[in-house]
Amino acid sequence: MSLNQLTISAARDALRKGEVTSVEITESCLAAIDGADALNAWCAKTPEIALAQAKAADARIKAGDAPGMCGIPLGIKDLFCTRGVATQAASRILAGFKPEYESTVTQNLWDAGAVMLGKVSMDEFAMGSSTETACYGPAVNPWKIDDRQLTPGGSSGGSAAAVAADLCLAATGTDTGGSIRQPAAFTGIVGIKPTYGRVSRWGVVAFASSLDQAGPMTKTVRDAAIMLQAMASVDPKDSTSAEIPVPDFEAALTGDIRGKKIGIPREYRIEGMPEEIGKLWDEGTAMLRDAGAEIVDISLPHTKYALPAYYVIAPAEASSNLARYDGVRYGYRAKLGAGDGIVEMYEKTRAEGFGPEVQRRIMIGTYVLSAGFYDAYYNRARRVRALIKRDFEQVFAAGVDAILTPATPSSAFGLGEMADASPVEMYLNDVFTVTVNLAGLPGISVPVGLDAKGLPMGLQLIGRPWGEGDLLNHALVLERAAGFTHKPSKWW
Amino acid sequence: MSIDIDTARKVAHLARIAVAEENLPKLAQDLSGILTFMEQLNEVDVEGIEPMTSVTPMRLKRREDVVTDGGYAEKILKNAPDAREGFFAVPKVVE
Repeated sequence: MSLNQLTISAARDALRKGEVTSVEITESCLAAIDGADALNAWCAKTPEIALAQAKAADARIKAGDAPGMCGIPLGIKDLFCTRGVATQAASRILAGFKPEYESTVTQNLWDAGAVMLGKVSMDEFAMGSSTETACYGPAVNPWKIDDRQLTPGGSSGGSAAAVAADLCLAATGTDTGGSIRQPAAFTGIVGIKPTYGRVSRWGVVAFASSLDQAGPMTKTVRDAAIMLQAMASVDPKDSTSAEIPVPDFEAALTGDIRGKKIGIPREYRIEGMPEEIGKLWDEGTAMLRDAGAEIVDISLPHTKYALPAYYVIAPAEASSNLARYDGVRYGYRAKLGAGDGIVEMYEKTRAEGFGPEVQRRIMIGTYVLSAGFYDAYYNRARRVRALIKRDFEQVFAAGVDAILTPATPSSAFGLGEMADASPVEMYLNDVFTVTVNLAGLPGISVPVGLDAKGLPMGLQLIGRPWGEGDLLNHALVLERAAGFTHKPSKWW
Repeated sequence: MSIDIDTARKVAHLARIAVAEENLPKLAQDLSGILTFMEQLNEVDVEGIEPMTSVTPMRLKRREDVVTDGGYAEKILKNAPDAREGFFAVPKVVE
């Protein structure tokens, strides 16, 4: 096994024992990255920064001052502002943007001694489920079963591809409607979206502020616990960062869920769901039952309305957040013709700078917020959102500890295969994940099996608010029972 | 609810995105399709339900109204496509 294939926990233990150095692990990752251009996962490589950070980490480890993430090489999603390093949200409109500041999440990781290998690709402004809206061209899934290239999912598809292909030990992701959990499921890795307010949004390019939340994408559940620990903090710079101390997530991993109550929501058995997904879900249920949990049927009656509510609320917030890209303060400005005024500057800059999906969402958001439609669409969606949240509250009040659902309605699809689909068909990728963002809950995707084609499939566990430790423990039990050890064979 | 070409043109302008006249029919069609999908929300009984304003029940943080940051105009201007003499430069706005 080469060093880039290590998990965070194995690397941490080996680093502390002095069996390996961070520089060695980092060099191994940098070589793997250079050999994986076919995956198009990286949009900026930062080997100089990586090696400098690795050296500093080695010194720290030697001095006996080594937090869990010390010396661990990571990929950073292009949505996180990193000082002096290109941060583009995979959009042409942020071409050339190099932030003068560091996001709280990445600063937390560097403070813990982590190493930045570079930035990883994503859907433009995190709007998409396949990375096909990235201005860099799509990232490619390391999993391959025939001549086709498959999507690693999205929006955190570059993160997922990089982790699944062992180009880094782990990566940061962000999740607004499923953007951590869907790509994790498509690539056979673990991804957790924490409770809204657990991880600071400061310095993360905003998509939909009431839904966005950053989280780790890792090879194992234990790694997710270690990395989330370093990412999470109470941050005065984010007004929605909760004043709740960050507990020791790894300590919660006891592997014991005896007597816990697992809810199986009947509304998630949707029409047209592939039989294999349903079967996987049943198998996962049996695994948790065998581990001593009590399985209960539950109802989340407003599930069906989560997707339409999301596609009102998220574009509405996006239209407001993305108003800042006006060609004045940063990024791209269109070439202006003689006599063009400031309105032409705005309109041309945004037409040339934003891709079609982002433009579509901004315009939908503008429409649902416009006079005369605000109540009919936006306020109605926020009321439905309150009902979706109430569904979960009632289930948790009845004693359910975690909810088990499929993570995605299919395994990874081919790049370009959705080109002729309507925007709404692409949105269906989020059907199982989006409820969790609307309710602000923590959710984790765990790889559980392969489908008949040989592609990974994941299940999602949903936890109580602020219960990430307990949720990770349930995920650990599922991970152990499933014993998913498959890796994509190297073709790139 | 379906969006006609005039509405699509108006929305594009409100969003400050230039859309060529020949692309407006496709835009109107796309937006209509998405809005039709959203109409399902009309099936839900929302009587007496308040629109959700805060994801977690918390009061927004307050702090003393004092200056705690600033004094680095050059950093703010560093990424501007056009900055001159300490200002963002834009096309002429007033005659």
